[in-house]
Amino acid sequence: MPTPTGDVVGQRRWYYPALAVPGLGWLIVLFLMPFFAIAAVAFGGVDAIFAAPAPAWNPLEWDFATFGSVLRELTGGGAARIYFNRTIVYVAISVSACVLIGYPVAYYTARHGGRLKVLLLSLMIAPFWMSYLMRMLAWVNLLADRPDEPGLINRILTATPFFQEPVNWAAGDVAHLTVILGLVYGYIPFFILPLYASLDRIDGSQLEAARDLGGAPRSTFWRVTLPLSRQGILAGVVIVMLPMFGDYYTPDLMSAQNKTRMIGNRINELIHTSGKSPQGASLTLLLSGFVAILMIYYLVSVSRAAKEARQ
Amino acid sequence: MTARTATVEAVGSPKAVRIRTFLANPWGKPRFLAGFAWLYILWSLAPVIIAVQISFNAGRSRSIFQGFSLQWYQGIFDSTSENFDASLLEALGQSLKLAIITMPIATILGVTLAIGLARWRGRGSGAGNTLMLFPLVTPELVMGTGLFLIFTNLFDGFVKLGTFAQVLGLVTFSISYVVIVTRGRLFAIGRETEEAAMDLGASPAGAMFRVLIPLLAPAIFSSAFIVFAITIDDFVISQFLCIAGCQTIPMKIYAAARNAGNPSLNGLATIMMLTSLVAVVCAVLILRRSNRKQGKSGSAVEDFARFEI
Repeated sequence: MPTPTGDVVGQRRWYYPALAVPGLGWLIVLFLMPFFAIAAVAFGGVDAIFAAPAPAWNPLEWDFATFGSVLRELTGGGAARIYFNRTIVYVAISVSACVLIGYPVAYYTARHGGRLKVLLLSLMIAPFWMSYLMRMLAWVNLLADRPDEPGLINRILTATPFFQEPVNWAAGDVAHLTVILGLVYGYIPFFILPLYASLDRIDGSQLEAARDLGGAPRSTFWRVTLPLSRQGILAGVVIVMLPMFGDYYTPDLMSAQNKTRMIGNRINELIHTSGKSPQGASLTLLLSGFVAILMIYYLVSVSRAAKEARQ
Repeated sequence: MTARTATVEAVGSPKAVRIRTFLANPWGKPRFLAGFAWLYILWSLAPVIIAVQISFNAGRSRSIFQGFSLQWYQGIFDSTSENFDASLLEALGQSLKLAIITMPIATILGVTLAIGLARWRGRGSGAGNTLMLFPLVTPELVMGTGLFLIFTNLFDGFVKLGTFAQVLGLVTFSISYVVIVTRGRLFAIGRETEEAAMDLGASPAGAMFRVLIPLLAPAIFSSAFIVFAITIDDFVISQFLCIAGCQTIPMKIYAAARNAGNPSLNGLATIMMLTSLVAVVCAVLILRRSNRKQGKSGSAVEDFARFEI
């Protein structure tokens, strides 16, 4: 085996880290530092004359008064608490619906797709690559309620004897349902794909073994397939939960009512209101802390799965 | 023969048996599941197809189709049309501009980062890998807020909100996708070919440019198309980093969807959707060709479905 000269070894040692430097530098300056900027604005003050944020870049000068009041608003019964509770309820219902609808679909494609597998997958991937806003626009058109030109859903409903008038889906109690529909419709492809991947990885011989040992199809599913796809379900759940917690455009597009505003709407509003950005930044920090648990869980479980797959 | 007839007689006609097994376990045979899956696909695609149909509406309505016409596309492109709205074409231009500028920057940064992280065996590579994964799981609202606050406070001397800020944000958002696509291919190639080149006297840079990059080419091109598709669809970051004169198509949809607009908005959305679907199909075809060359079994669509962190 030829021994590389010292020169080449030295070059090799530095070459690859040097390749990673521009990308890592970019992420440090434009991904990590913005978090510091959020903290500096949250723990800073507001310029009395221009109502512009006066960020505190020096951590020694951080003032936690605004942050504390936002935290109290969140733990007490303030406006932020209402938005946050509503967000939790919306996300919980939407994610459950994603699991209930998505699991059978992913399961069918992975187990019984057969010759149609590629077609099924292509059709399932397509919404993944369509603009989220375009897909919401489609529902806005479908749910339209103007009496002179109702959307398709209202035309179908008024044709039945149960509805005389078109339903206004954007207002009233039904607006909650409309926003949840938007969230499920918008994010379910992101749940199905990782779940499909994990169901597809299940070795068919394990299912055959279960059958050979006398397992009925139903108990094979509950005792073999479902436990083996647990990782996929959890990955899918987290991957749809994260963007839902930061969502503000779905309620804005589907309903635009006060009663359907989520925590993301509150942050979006505060950040763009002059003099309120420290509150907005504080709320962003609290939200980030809350979702960080989910993020870290996801990254740890995925990297563990990747390591197992490589071995 | 007789035994079999006896069992059939015992439980009833074959049809009854089939119904009974179905009722006993509707999940056992995939009929119910198949219906459910196809219903899901109908539910997920039909609204979009209807929205596309409405862009060809002969009437003004965005909810009732009244016949075929191209007038709403004229409203986007033809300045002599009575429905012409200049802001729609501007939004299309801005979306394309952002996607085209972001694509090469994010691809180059992402590919070098992927090679560096995959081949660097040091302490920093673990931390680098973790940092690279975080943008994929951070809610866009948090990234958008952070970028907005840093651009308007700390970097306000040299970054103005607008196209420049949007490109910086979109590159940050899409680098990690490039790394993920490229990294998968790097693991598949392995180190052997490069090491062989270096044993034969190539420098690390020579081995990279003459051996590794050609082998990586399919992944590089397909990640470039993925970046294009992501940026043209992006809403949150583009919106947070824009004040005026930099509206993209998703921003236009957000601003106009609930107002009494006309089907030109659907036309614009249709154009954007087709552009990003074409980009994704290109990415899939490139991966498929390279899989075939390597004699790898399985379809590129399936690889794409497994596209995960």
